[in-house]
Amino acid sequence: MQDRFKFRQVCGVFVGLCIAGLIGSAYSTRGDEGEPRYFAVVNARIVTGTGAVIDNGTVVIAKGLIQTVGANVTVPPEAWVIDGKGLTVYPGLIDAGTDLGLPKEEGSESAATGRGRRRAASSGEIAKGPEDRPGTSPWRVAADELKTDDKRIETWRNAGFTTTLAVPDGGLFPGQATLIDLAGDRAGDYVVKATATLPISFKPIGGFWGFPDSLMGSIAYIRQVFDDSNWYAQAEPIYESNVTKFERLPYDRTERLIARGVHDKEIVLLPANNSVQILRALRLTDEWKINAVLYGGQQGYEVAGAIAAKKMPVLVSLKWPEREKDADPDAEQTLRELRFRDRAPSSPAALAKAGVKFAFYSGGLSTPKDILKNARKAVDVGLAPDAALRAFTVDAAKILGVGDRMGSIAQGKIANLIVTDGDLFNEKTKVKHVFVDGRCFEIHEEPPAEKTGDHKSDGPPSSQPRRLASEAEVGR
Amino acid sequence: MKVRALLAVILLATFGPKCVRAQGSSTLANKPILIQNATILTITHGNIEHGSILIRDGKIAAVGTDVKAPDGTTVIDANGQYVMPGIIDCHSHIAVDGSVNEGSISVSSMANIADVLNPDDISIYDDLAGGVTTANILHGSANPIGGQTIVIKLRWGKQASDLPFQGALPGIKFALGENPKRSNFTPPPGVEPRYPATRMGVEETIREAFIEAREYKKQWDDYNRKKAAGDQNLLPPRRNEKLEPLVEVMEGKRYVHAHCYRADEILMLIRVANEFGFKVRTFQHVLEGYKIADEIAASGSGGSTFSDWWAYKMEAFDAIPYNAAVMTERGVVVSVNSDDAEEARHLNQEAAKSMKYGGLSANDALKLVTLNPAIQLGIDNRVGSIEVGKDADLAIFNHDPLSVYAVVQKTLIDGQVYFDREKDIAARPALEKEKQDLLAKEKKASEEKKASEKPEANPEKKPDQKKKHPQASEDSAAAVAGGGR
Repeated sequence: MQDRFKFRQVCGVFVGLCIAGLIGSAYSTRGDEGEPRYFAVVNARIVTGTGAVIDNGTVVIAKGLIQTVGANVTVPPEAWVIDGKGLTVYPGLIDAGTDLGLPKEEGSESAATGRGRRRAASSGEIAKGPEDRPGTSPWRVAADELKTDDKRIETWRNAGFTTTLAVPDGGLFPGQATLIDLAGDRAGDYVVKATATLPISFKPIGGFWGFPDSLMGSIAYIRQVFDDSNWYAQAEPIYESNVTKFERLPYDRTERLIARGVHDKEIVLLPANNSVQILRALRLTDEWKINAVLYGGQQGYEVAGAIAAKKMPVLVSLKWPEREKDADPDAEQTLRELRFRDRAPSSPAALAKAGVKFAFYSGGLSTPKDILKNARKAVDVGLAPDAALRAFTVDAAKILGVGDRMGSIAQGKIANLIVTDGDLFNEKTKVKHVFVDGRCFEIHEEPPAEKTGDHKSDGPPSSQPRRLASEAEVGR
Repeated sequence: MKVRALLAVILLATFGPKCVRAQGSSTLANKPILIQNATILTITHGNIEHGSILIRDGKIAAVGTDVKAPDGTTVIDANGQYVMPGIIDCHSHIAVDGSVNEGSISVSSMANIADVLNPDDISIYDDLAGGVTTANILHGSANPIGGQTIVIKLRWGKQASDLPFQGALPGIKFALGENPKRSNFTPPPGVEPRYPATRMGVEETIREAFIEAREYKKQWDDYNRKKAAGDQNLLPPRRNEKLEPLVEVMEGKRYVHAHCYRADEILMLIRVANEFGFKVRTFQHVLEGYKIADEIAASGSGGSTFSDWWAYKMEAFDAIPYNAAVMTERGVVVSVNSDDAEEARHLNQEAAKSMKYGGLSANDALKLVTLNPAIQLGIDNRVGSIEVGKDADLAIFNHDPLSVYAVVQKTLIDGQVYFDREKDIAARPALEKEKQDLLAKEKKASEEKKASEKPEANPEKKPDQKKKHPQASEDSAAAVAGGGR
């Protein structure tokens, strides 16, 4: 129990005592046996994420899902109740691209296949052409490498993020990204969708001596991989029905895997930050006939119309461009760079205006506080706050192919919710509770060193969950 | 060393791209344009004093001294000025996103410049300001067979997909000599040097690639023939991005532009090309071309050279500034190229040097940067001279373009003004102001950020310290006690 309490700040002392009383030292995988599975947030302002706002309503959570939401909802007797007076309930936020929960590159498989090559530049590892499959490991799945002891999981969750897309890095096909919810006892509990997207990078990895060492080489290589995958998809059934006629097909893990991904219309993430990259990615998407989503999107303000015309979704990086910290103060800066730095935060508004579906991702920001702060910058220059919220919730879920199960507060959706004491995009607003898969986390400003003691002396805050029924009933 | 007489260079470099996009291209769209009172250097039909050019729908509609303009025509008065065909640079590396070399492998023909065109490269605008309208964008010279290349028009302000010269055949870069054999590169310890390391190895690499491509073509031809005959159970060959362009070379659908210096290796490539049934469209640099001008002329290849730039490496020592003139006299179609974004800004002067070195006529000198590169790139039916029906790609100079005092006033592509010196100068103060304003805004924001971080950090820390103080003393007391034990 102690370990679990350290790991998750479960809702206050009452809940904690009850669990202790109920299940003793037993471990459960999803908390089914003892952890409260029924909650109700009552008298709260509920921003459902799909447009409707309920000024004084109730959300009922049951066994990980949203059971009911509305203005006149009967709270079931088994539910723990949070008085939401003065509080707002939002769908849990989605960070559509981070390395949260992923191992650092050193020591991971990507070190051998991706950028690690450049460091260990020995002849045997240097790719001599596309056939050596440089920086290619699409069979890696982030879900299989999750490190749930990543401290940032709690940091992100405390800031209101319930879900992230864990994107492997390193190489041209670094591996498949996994959509995870930020709570669970084991790594497997976190995984919402193991093979959610196939990220691609155009960053040359050859380091001068190996292939590819140019942008055009990277693109040519990826084109060859799609050629090979299409060939395999075409050749395999022909071979299987004529095994005595043809030489057997060689085994190539990459082309087989990509062939299946293309066939299943798996989402391919293509890098596209400035306008030139965006238009290039739009052309390559047509050429390669892939189900693409662009990531970057920060110069979308120049080419929003072209993106909209292709109905291309975009993951917008919230790591807005800044002048390099150690840049030469006397170095000439071009007007184009200055304009980009000035206007990048206006991209989301431009995309919204053009009708492009987009989501936000942290893109390497080191604290979740910066994520929301940078989203506010987009709101400050014209993005409607509800559009900003959609980019963190319902639109992110739809783009990532899970709109049927998360992203909004509606019956049957995964109970990923946050309860705040104000408007999400107000700097002063604090997140009070976070629900991940229906598990309640109470958020403290600064986690107290001794939780139980603190709570006893201070008394419970008004928004802590209380049983409607007496504690005696719980004992049964 | 290369002479860089830059009396006429226009200073633009401090402004980023886009800054002139508002000016670019749209001004005279679709309305007929008349350029009047100019000295017109037609290249193919002599010079016309006090002449006019009528432009309609992006094409040259009439040229002469008695051109009637319809109502609504926009008039550009070029009194005392010179109009020449837009300059064509047969060897350029501008407008490329990322490296121009995929240098890791000996045959990098899968790499394609067309994939990485960058319309925001300021060099496009700089070169427009030198009267250049068309450029042959080449892959670098790191490989015996390099990447695919493309001819573009310098349509500044447009998207990458608007740059390619529609109808121009794509090309491929070959390279001979020191660069592909990596004479000047030493790999770090543990990395094997790349093959080839000799000129014979370069020849062998090219030959091997074409043998492979010939076999690849045969596989596809067999497959397509059997399929056409109704055979259903066929295993298709793999598509090979490296070999496809080489097949196109053998089929005459793609031009070879070969970087080269020495006479012996040039003759080698002519033999290899004959063996596989293609022609080298241009020998690039070709500094020893004067030694074998007759053989190059007989092969039907063009020569695209520097005016007077040599001795920058061993294989470039045996060069003479008479190269362009000598090859021209022996019947080779010769162009003078830049291979450099800055040099491209004064190709008119580079051409003029062949009048001093070799005595070319003024018209033949101008041909080196207009009609001849157009012929070399297979686009002379469209550009390269001022003739009715050709694209209205024009450069207007204030003096004879063969003079060092000549400065470009306007550059037109497809009848649209893409560079206008007067408007450029007029726009500079506003652009400079915008730049200073943005810098000031950034500075203010960063100062505000610093200011907001400080007062927040301090009051938070102070009470913390107060609180911690007794704790700290307890801890230290405990530590002392512990230590005492």
